[in-house]
Amino acid sequence: MKQCLVVDDSSVIRKVARRILEDLQFQITEAEDGQQALDACRKAMPDAILLDWNMPVMDGLEFLTSLRREPGGEKPIVVFCTTENDVAHIARAIRAGANEYIMKPFDREIVEAKFQEVGLI
Amino acid sequence: MTPTEYDFLKRFLKERSGLMLSDDKQYLVESRLVPVARKNGIDTLSGLVQAMQRGGNAVLSNAVVEAMTTNESFFFRDKTPFEHFNNIMLPAMLEKRASSRSVKIWCAAASTGQEPYSIGICLKEAAHKVAGWRFRILGTDLSSEVLEKAKAGIYSQFEVQRGLPIQMLLKYFAQQGDLWQINPDLRAMIEWRKLNLLENFSHLGEFDIVFCRNVLIYFDQQTKIDILQRIAKMMPEDGFLVLGAAETVVGLTDAFQPVPGQRGLYQLKQAASATAAPRLAMASSFGLK
Ligand SMILES: C[S@@+](CC[C@H](N)C(=O)[O-])C[C@H]1O[C@@H](n2cnc3c(N)ncnc32)[C@H](O)[C@@H]1O
Repeated sequence: MKQCLVVDDSSVIRKVARRILEDLQFQITEAEDGQQALDACRKAMPDAILLDWNMPVMDGLEFLTSLRREPGGEKPIVVFCTTENDVAHIARAIRAGANEYIMKPFDREIVEAKFQEVGLI
Repeated sequence: MTPTEYDFLKRFLKERSGLMLSDDKQYLVESRLVPVARKNGIDTLSGLVQAMQRGGNAVLSNAVVEAMTTNESFFFRDKTPFEHFNNIMLPAMLEKRASSRSVKIWCAAASTGQEPYSIGICLKEAAHKVAGWRFRILGTDLSSEVLEKAKAGIYSQFEVQRGLPIQMLLKYFAQQGDLWQINPDLRAMIEWRKLNLLENFSHLGEFDIVFCRNVLIYFDQQTKIDILQRIAKMMPEDGFLVLGAAETVVGLTDAFQPVPGQRGLYQLKQAASATAAPRLAMASSFGLK
């Protein structure tokens, strides 16, 4: 079973994402901000990360930049999932090493389509 | 709505668009046609049917036909057809049309445009190979409403997130608030026309590649056969036909044959073995027919 780390400061979003991803046969761990996510990755690199942008303590972009510098940090496939929906943000995310990008609001079909896009399913 | 009125609608739709309505589609008819009735100042579906039966209201009949079509589409739908385009159809055309350097492609049920635009994007991505070539892409549909949208090339955030890799969104679209418009050079690659597949379409000319996806499923056997045979007549011997994932020519016509091992891809009978044999060395699998 593939591991997916869901990083979002909203427990509601984490719950929705968890439900969708569990249906797609992922094993889910959760983090509430970038720092928690980084700690989780240092323990065990997941296969996939669904990543919010705006979060307290450490935001998604900062997390991603740090992750990609970690040993083994190039391995997880990172899918941003954020309300930031302008070209400038998307381009920055991709430059920082994001593999795909979901603009909120999202639904099951979008998550599935994007995860397919990057070969996770 | 009485059973007689439902029957009238069934016959009307079959005749006008080919749509086969089964008897259990009352809810679908209601959800699609109540808004049409309201828009025309009619309160009930019975009232709508009676207005249609009185006749003479072409606008209303058209609105009913269009409202009953299913227009769902998305970019790079099912992926495989576009892989076939890149890996099989395009290389074949680049070889076989080397003298004319001209290739014609028809999307016969283009809906809101995602399919022709996906082909356009494939061509852009292959720019180095097709430099100096002329690709004409024609998108047709029965519904003028979807064609308007296709022409404008403006899609919601939801629509651009189904099937379109994020890199392609950045590369080929411009953002307008929450909407995304496909770039002018891609829009200029495609010509749009209203066309009912039940009617004669031979005047469109010849097409090297025909995408006719997710439309035959709505028709009865005889209509499918008729359309497929008329498409076959518009294709050169080495042309390609692409059908939807739930569609096939098998059991309908032997004008086309599946290209072995390539789901949803068909060629005229003579040509299929020619393409497949050298590549797959399994011409014997044609013994099927
Ligand atoms: C589900 S869409 C398919 C769109 C696209 N080819 C795809 O596969 O994503 C079906 C389209 O067929 C069109 N259609 C239905 N009956 C038709 C007819 N008799 N002639 C031409 N188009 C028709 C509808 O208007 C609709 O846009």
